[in-house]
Amino acid sequence: MNAQSTEIATYNFAYLDEQTKRMIRRAILKGIAIPGYQVPFASREMPMPYGWGTGGVQVTASIIGPDDVLKVIDQGADDTTNAVSIRAFFKKVAKVAVTTETAKATIIQTRHRIPEHPLNAGQVLVFQVPIPEPLRFLEPRETETRKMHALEEYGLMHVKLYEDIAKHGRIATTYAYPVKVEGRYVMDPSPTPKFDNPKMHRSPALQLFGAGREKRIYAVPPFTDVVSLDFEDHPFEVQTFDQPCALCGAANVYLDEVILDDHGGHMFVCSDTDHCEKRRADSTSPSWGGRAKGADGGNGQSSLSSTPTPARRADPRHKGEGKEAE
Amino acid sequence: MDIATQSIDGGFAEPVFNAQVVFRAIMDAMARPGAVQDVPQLTRPPAPLSATAAAAALSLCDNDTPVWLDPPLQAEASVKAWLGFHTGAPMANTPADAHFALIANPKEMAALDGFAQGTQEYPDRSTTLIFLVDDLASGPSLLLEGPGIEKTSMIAPPGMPRHFVEQWKQNNQRFPRGVDIILAAPGSLACLPRTTRIKTMEA
Repeated sequence: MNAQSTEIATYNFAYLDEQTKRMIRRAILKGIAIPGYQVPFASREMPMPYGWGTGGVQVTASIIGPDDVLKVIDQGADDTTNAVSIRAFFKKVAKVAVTTETAKATIIQTRHRIPEHPLNAGQVLVFQVPIPEPLRFLEPRETETRKMHALEEYGLMHVKLYEDIAKHGRIATTYAYPVKVEGRYVMDPSPTPKFDNPKMHRSPALQLFGAGREKRIYAVPPFTDVVSLDFEDHPFEVQTFDQPCALCGAANVYLDEVILDDHGGHMFVCSDTDHCEKRRADSTSPSWGGRAKGADGGNGQSSLSSTPTPARRADPRHKGEGKEAE
Repeated sequence: MDIATQSIDGGFAEPVFNAQVVFRAIMDAMARPGAVQDVPQLTRPPAPLSATAAAAALSLCDNDTPVWLDPPLQAEASVKAWLGFHTGAPMANTPADAHFALIANPKEMAALDGFAQGTQEYPDRSTTLIFLVDDLASGPSLLLEGPGIEKTSMIAPPGMPRHFVEQWKQNNQRFPRGVDIILAAPGSLACLPRTTRIKTMEA
């Protein structure tokens, strides 16, 4: 792909200038070489506010090439504001092909979810990270948290998880659940639900994390141990849902609660829109068989016709509904 | 060809896209240690700098990154002029000041621990070594394991530094400090990040 001669003036390919890309690329390589370590980088201002994925966008812009196929998700969805605008951004500044299909993408930029479809070895998952430092809310000083990482001093994090147990009887952290990478660095997996933590463990895909405002890049190479912190008597466990997706009937996926009206009507649907649409388009597809079973009792077609009607209740009880296994 | 022409010719024909292709090859190689990534010939540097090593330097080095050259490269004024023209990178005075080091003759090179190792607080402030090797298959086999490798991986670059396996073990033990290596062979490259462990193979 050469410079577009039809345009009078245009941004450099993928928006960033080459020196910025080189600086970010060097940070990415160091991040891969030191899994879980937050590499400082000279984050640039991007044409979007902090909190909208400036870190992820800079990482994507630095790795993307004309042959890449980009997918962008926001809380699992391809069609929400953040995903739509970032996808449009790269369509404009890099003229790359975009997709909503997880399996067809070479780069997936994500805000707070890991797709349900298993990732493969050629794919790169780019996370948008608001607060990269897992110890920040326990110790506000950067000088101190840096020393804690240097000395592998993570006692404070275990105290925090213990206090959860003392107060709530269980570890109450449900997202941004701290992990230990390759037995060394404690890392914030970004505010993904802890449901997604096990997918990071020995994933065949390369995982890159960009925090624009906090100016940090970190990485988890493929096939790297990512272990959620826990205690022997309070082992790590993921959220479970007591009902399947109301649209596609999938069980063992992460569900979003959708409010339907102001009378307490609501339904739980797949957070991963691509996964849900695929299943509804072809609920007998063998690739979904393992997950579909149990949701629709092995009877693929019936789940489509008998989509559950949303429950109507006068008295909405939302106390941890569907969020936590007791 | 005089030095002035030599130092200008032979850079990336399409700097933006060539740099991206080379970087992606290095990124994939760093993420999958031992896996060989193809790199098309995109540069024509003065000897003894090789096309692959030069492409890596052009895609990663600039005026922010002091570069150290080993004596065979140091001896060629045309190499220094070429790198200076295309990257703007300053020359590092000592290996410990270098962000990148280009090593044309790894066999005779100084010890790995003479290069910047980073600090415990900032392990990223270390030297990335770019070795010029003839190929990635004709030397003694190195069996690799560690992050990025599903089970084990194998690579056999010839002409590696003296006592490399022992030196690399010490490099592992310094983690998170340590150096990372890019092995640049004609038409391909592979990487050894500091997390990669070499399993010793007997005979």
